[in-house]
Amino acid sequence: MADGHKIVLEGVAKAFGVNQVLDGVDLGIERGESMAIIGQSGSGKSVMLKIILGLLRTDRGAIRIDGEDMLSMNSRDLERTRAKFGMLFQGSALFDSLPIWRNVTFALTQGRLLDSARMRKIAAENLERVGLGTEVLDLRPSELSGGMQKRVALARAIAPRPEIIFFDEPTTGLDPIRADVINDLIVELVEELGVTALTITHDMASARKIAHRVAMLYQGRIIWSGPRDRLYDSGNPYVDQFVQGRAEGPIR
Amino acid sequence: MPVIFQPITVFFASIGRLLISALGAIGRVTIFAATTLSRAIRPPYYPARLFEQLLQIGWFSLPVVGMTAIFSGAALAQQTFTAGSRFNATSTVPAIVVLGIVRELGPVLVGLMVAGRVSSAMAAELGTMRVTEQLDALSTLRTDPYRYLIAPRLLAALIAIPLMVLAANAIGIFGGYFVAVYKLDFNAVGYLHTTRQYLTATDLEMALVKSAFFGFFIALMGCYHGFKAQGGAAGVGRATTDAVVSAFILILLSNMIITLMAFG
Repeated sequence: MADGHKIVLEGVAKAFGVNQVLDGVDLGIERGESMAIIGQSGSGKSVMLKIILGLLRTDRGAIRIDGEDMLSMNSRDLERTRAKFGMLFQGSALFDSLPIWRNVTFALTQGRLLDSARMRKIAAENLERVGLGTEVLDLRPSELSGGMQKRVALARAIAPRPEIIFFDEPTTGLDPIRADVINDLIVELVEELGVTALTITHDMASARKIAHRVAMLYQGRIIWSGPRDRLYDSGNPYVDQFVQGRAEGPIR
Repeated sequence: MPVIFQPITVFFASIGRLLISALGAIGRVTIFAATTLSRAIRPPYYPARLFEQLLQIGWFSLPVVGMTAIFSGAALAQQTFTAGSRFNATSTVPAIVVLGIVRELGPVLVGLMVAGRVSSAMAAELGTMRVTEQLDALSTLRTDPYRYLIAPRLLAALIAIPLMVLAANAIGIFGGYFVAVYKLDFNAVGYLHTTRQYLTATDLEMALVKSAFFGFFIALMGCYHGFKAQGGAAGVGRATTDAVVSAFILILLSNMIITLMAFG
């Protein structure tokens, strides 16, 4: 694949026992591009993300970030590459024992208590970006609503200024209005910060709003990818069935 | 194969399966411990987390440990007296209390009580962090979960449990002394003198060695089972149970091995 690619996956495969979750995923994401992966629940979208993040190991294939092969890296290079990533988890995954400001600055302090005054300031700046005020700084995650937790998680992901951000089902569990607020935030952040974004979702409205390009994962492979405008006239019967949410079709 | 052999082969096959899964578990726990050790020696270090765990494991366990020790010491003195009076050997009470507490009851009871309190709490906390993806989140936030979560817990348990066993030994001996002097009419000075006579440095060292092992197992089982938890709330519950049961077994097993080796 050509050089402009930030993330390249080649033939990535992963099995859990006899269950072949990923079976040769090929995917290229350009620098500054926002890509959405759609697919059924259990189609391996999250597994794919975790493999790119290095939380899971791929059985075969290659993953290149900025042209560098992640699988052949020594631990120092791997750490350096991982530092380019930020991630918004589906359930926010905030640390419930820590106040909001320490959650937001966690990547900067690596969990240590350093330079509290400066860290609070950084936390406030990042929270402002996601539309939250300083009144939440000292609250605990459990004291916030689901939508606000998502925003805090977003602030935490962008605080270390990553080059790549992964969004795992960013709108799941939110009402349509709150979901759209998160969509807007993601679009805004991707543009302003110039990051490369990879979103996995089965929310079509969200995919169309967030992403420049959409790809569909089915039976362990990318079976279609194209610009978001083509999502509803892809000419692919699998994609058609999925985006229209029909029970009948080639997908059983 | 003749039908008559079938129960035999089934029997051996099940033993084999059990053995293989046990060896697998030992291997996984060993890798987990080795990974923690190799990560923990490199910075960043987390002294604040270590302090937090020392408080959690040591300080907050003291009431439970103190009560366990004093009740056990008191009961031991009474039983030794009752049994000894049949042979005109009631004078052995201080000796048996001090040796029984320091060599066996102190370390084992403290180990079991703290395992019930600490292994379960660790497994539940880390397990919840696992199933809510907080452990994955740590990795994406440039933080190594082994350094941040596991190493402080293991180190804190290694430091705290021996100290608590020392405290429990003193409290346990006092429990025996209390019953002996105020209920069984022992002479206070004589009791303490005999106690001091039978208490040797070797016994205390042995108690410390035992309790260091127990502390290591308590934290290791709590962390390992929590770290590997999967499957939502039920998985966390399973991890908690497994942590406590395996910590109990490891404590009793290692206690027996050390005792047989040291006093055999």
